[in-house]
Amino acid sequence: MPHIDLSINLCSIPLANPTILASGILGTTKAFLKRVAGNGAGAVTIKSISTEPREGHKNPTVITFEAGMLNAVGYSNPGVDAAAREFSNLQDINAPVIASVIGTQKEDFVRVVEGLSGSQFSAIEIPLSCPHTPGFGLLAGQGTPEATFAITSEVRKITRLPIFVKLSPNIPEICTIAKAAEDAGADAITAVNSMGPGMIINIEAQRPVLSFKVGGITGDALRPIAVRCVYDLYKAIKIPIIGVGGISTGRHAIEMMMAGASAVGIGTGVYYRGIDVFKKICDEMTQWMAENDFDHVDKIIGIAHA
Amino acid sequence: MLEQPTMVKIYAIAEESPGVKTFFFKWNLLFDPGQFVMVWIPALDEKPFTISYMQKDIMGISVLKRGAFTNALHAKKTGDIIGIRGPYGKGFRLHTNSNACVVGGGIGMASLATVVDRSSDVIVIQGARTASEIIYQKRFQGMKLCTEDGTAGFKGTSVDLLRELLKTHNLNKVYTCGPEKMLYKVFELCKNHGIDCEVSLDRYMKCGFGICGQCDCSGQRVCVDGPVFTTLELNTLEDFGKTTILKTGERVKLRI
Repeated sequence: MPHIDLSINLCSIPLANPTILASGILGTTKAFLKRVAGNGAGAVTIKSISTEPREGHKNPTVITFEAGMLNAVGYSNPGVDAAAREFSNLQDINAPVIASVIGTQKEDFVRVVEGLSGSQFSAIEIPLSCPHTPGFGLLAGQGTPEATFAITSEVRKITRLPIFVKLSPNIPEICTIAKAAEDAGADAITAVNSMGPGMIINIEAQRPVLSFKVGGITGDALRPIAVRCVYDLYKAIKIPIIGVGGISTGRHAIEMMMAGASAVGIGTGVYYRGIDVFKKICDEMTQWMAENDFDHVDKIIGIAHA
Repeated sequence: MLEQPTMVKIYAIAEESPGVKTFFFKWNLLFDPGQFVMVWIPALDEKPFTISYMQKDIMGISVLKRGAFTNALHAKKTGDIIGIRGPYGKGFRLHTNSNACVVGGGIGMASLATVVDRSSDVIVIQGARTASEIIYQKRFQGMKLCTEDGTAGFKGTSVDLLRELLKTHNLNKVYTCGPEKMLYKVFELCKNHGIDCEVSLDRYMKCGFGICGQCDCSGQRVCVDGPVFTTLELNTLEDFGKTTILKTGERVKLRI
């Protein structure tokens, strides 16, 4: 088999391969990040951190259905001070680590980014698009071009790390918001967050199953929407795109990259195929590329647009 | 399998002690001793409980009244419905023909009950703070009891009693569940005696199927990689007996 190169350079961060652990999956402790990196992830993202500790919503917070997963965890996290303790000495982890930072107002983002600045994070991701946590993301009006520009600009002022802005698939004008992020100095767009929210009702209990009643939809159901968003964004912006949404196989990853993604986020895929989903996806990508005469993964990016 | 609760009717309720009730459901499921189910009270919360009874198509969970959720569960009557999903996790690996002992501390005994049911000849140690907290007295006759205040059985902890037992018995295997500090002491005692040990750990859980990252113990997901860990695994878990993770995800020192 010819040598197949999966390595990429994402905003000057070298990644051994384009698979990235998406925020909110297993990114709660350093030990988990280490384990995920050991299972082949090209980079890993921590679970989102706010200024203060949050318990999040009550259980059930995560359930599955025939076409994916529904979650409303509610941004449980230990707050920036405890997070800075947990995520210290990140050089022990064999992959770049991305900090996901949330806030209810732009000053919060600044405080968290500053609080984590002593850790060796490789990039900052700011999700402005959570569909199920009051005070944050869509429920706080952060998913508008104006708010996205304002928050991204504030974070830009205080960090030299690459900034990834994570967007919602719900909004028809996703390209306008992405451009606002780009204009404010974002280095990449993560597309997309979970969609919805959706609801699942247990008909015997006659109640919604999630304690928050509604939750973001991820997994297979999200993939075609995520691919379309990335396809549209690729035409609209110049900065790289991290494609996220329903990727659990090498074929899915290649599809997302053909739409225009430079890297791919994996979340629900960990449920479908286990923690070694990263290694599995890379093996499958390598095999497909060998069979289809691609020697470098770079050459796949955006080719569906030709 | 969809990770969603199935509603089941409470078939019977047994009082095991003033603070512990066992709830029985008609539900025919295959499970290993030590595995757990997520129990849902609609519009309230969902929590993990180990399966403590399994006879034909009747399964049971034993619940210590401790907080808002368990209080609400204790208020349920026969015929009420609750949601169940699972079973989840890795249970105890039962070995036949081994001189085995189970060591239960408090409500941890619930997780070991089906180990006793499925073992032909096993020594059972149950530790409690006081006599009224002892559970399964009729179910497991001949249990070796200990209480901290000496109101039943040996006065002392289950670790003390196990240490005494080891003076006269050659054990090959110890199964244990209870407060983590106790588990750590049992594990160390077993290690010093060269006895294989399996320990069931407790962490706050959310998804139950290994993706949310809430129940970390040194990179192991207690919900799917555990809750039962072997001596070999425990040797590598630095957090075991030392730290736990709060609901917020904050790492804190273990208190008990």
